[in-house]
Amino acid sequence: MSTLQPDWRKRFSQLRAVVTIEMRRYFFTRQALAIYLLALAPVVIIGLHAITSPLGRHCNIAEDTEILAGIIQLFYVHLGIFFGCLILFTWLFRGEIVQRSLHYYLLAPLRREIIVLGKFIAGAVTTSIIFCVAVSLSFIFMYGHFGPKGQQFVFDGPGLHHLGAYLVITVLACFGYGAIFLALSLIFRNPVIPGAFFFGWETISSVLPATLQKFSITFYLKNLAPVELSGKGLLSVFTVVAQPVSEFIAIPGFFLFIGLALYFACWRMRTIEISYAKD
Amino acid sequence: MADTNREIVFNNVSKFYGEVLGVNRVSLTIPPGITSLVGPNGSGKTTLMNLMTGLIRPTEGTLSVCGLGPDQPEEFFAMVGYCSQFDSFPRGITGFDLVYNGLMLHGYEYEKAYRLAMEAIDRAGLVQAAHRKVAGYSKGMRQRIRLASAIAHHPTILVLDEPLNGLDPMARAETIALFQSIAQEGLHVIVSSHILHEVDQISDQVILLSSGYVVAEGPIHDVRTDVTDHPMQIMVRCSDPALLASKIFAMNHAVEAKLHTDGKGLLVRTRDVNNFYLLLNQIVESGALELEAVAPADDDVNSVYQYLIGSEGNSI
Repeated sequence: MSTLQPDWRKRFSQLRAVVTIEMRRYFFTRQALAIYLLALAPVVIIGLHAITSPLGRHCNIAEDTEILAGIIQLFYVHLGIFFGCLILFTWLFRGEIVQRSLHYYLLAPLRREIIVLGKFIAGAVTTSIIFCVAVSLSFIFMYGHFGPKGQQFVFDGPGLHHLGAYLVITVLACFGYGAIFLALSLIFRNPVIPGAFFFGWETISSVLPATLQKFSITFYLKNLAPVELSGKGLLSVFTVVAQPVSEFIAIPGFFLFIGLALYFACWRMRTIEISYAKD
Repeated sequence: MADTNREIVFNNVSKFYGEVLGVNRVSLTIPPGITSLVGPNGSGKTTLMNLMTGLIRPTEGTLSVCGLGPDQPEEFFAMVGYCSQFDSFPRGITGFDLVYNGLMLHGYEYEKAYRLAMEAIDRAGLVQAAHRKVAGYSKGMRQRIRLASAIAHHPTILVLDEPLNGLDPMARAETIALFQSIAQEGLHVIVSSHILHEVDQISDQVILLSSGYVVAEGPIHDVRTDVTDHPMQIMVRCSDPALLASKIFAMNHAVEAKLHTDGKGLLVRTRDVNNFYLLLNQIVESGALELEAVAPADDDVNSVYQYLIGSEGNSI
């Protein structure tokens, strides 16, 4: 056993090196700019709402709570985080191939699984930070303009619990979509088309049979939402929970889903060859 | 008996890119020392190097590098350094970061990685430019920073794809000296180059490739001796070249003898070099002429290349 320990220590420091190298890049790329736009668009809208309705003159907390739940579940989870992760994670390996720099990793004495995990962790942490900041700002603006009533809701009512749940949903969505898009980018030269297919799948998953729903990220995340949305008409497609499950099943199920996607990505990475000319 | 733990062994290796042939049925054993891969564009040099370093996998056959394969990356890449021909770098990176990041991926501590990075950058002569962005480097500087990255972890096998491209004469001489010092430590240096006279200068052995096939391999003298289609050329400088010419034409292996313009040299083309040297010894011993120098005139990579592959070495 003692001979194995240094190997694991070395692998951990290699993983840390990959994460550090990658994270230094992600916050300042063109891709990151698009993610900032996706993340901050609702913040701007809620900020304007807060300015136009000081001390909650034209609204009430119950209504705004439902609006915030809608923004997070429908905009952030379905669109913002989805496309943010599509942009970043499909570029992790594809970008290296386009820039012809993937061989620097492949020629280093580290297992290819560590490259996949390192890039995944760096991407997931980056998107989580950006979207958690955006969700937190949305939350602050949404309740801040109510003044003392808002403070009471946040600190003495269910507010902090809601915020905690939204942040957990945000982080899980970043990790879940990230794992899927990372795996897709290792199969398809242009992952946008399978990404669009996956978007369609996520959208209609609520109306699919119960077994198929389990192959969807939103299935697990909906069950963690603190506020149930009462969607009507077409919106109900996004909001219905056909078969609710407890968070004790949803979270492990979600991690199993992520694990499968990453396992596939690692397997694919082990067989990858450098052929820049073809790409 | 061959020691596979010190050799690079290709066993019937083929690589196809779809229907395009990369290399076909390559069986090679490369001992330590400087080995040059020589061949025209598209002959399979880079494919062979990419196979050796695991960037691509063989379609058929097996290969091992000092007893290891790229499927064991932790041990394999700790001993291999590859300076590839890809003139591309991660966006926005500095020369120092390129080398330093590579060393961090080896799992070194910060201090050791820093020390090794600076040492390699110093060897490549880029200390002044180390913290500038690689995108602003000249072609020669980019070549040298790749070389620094390849040697930083002190590999025992150095694979260099066209390492002299873009270097000025001074940097070329320094780089060649670096290869020679590495090879003298008993390490492998595998080099591909278009510049045949430089290959000649540094190589212990050559591998000649054409259209994905190994045409010849081994020490250049052995390869030349094996080329029996082309008579060997030997330049003899002596006191009486005309006498020597008359004597060798008595033998049926001599093909041609050409007097040098200064009247002191004779260029002989012969199909049996051993018999020629025997005859030369006899003439010298008889005291009929005084010998100044004898040297093979086409015992070099350029000549072998022309005989086997058929184009001008320098214009590949």
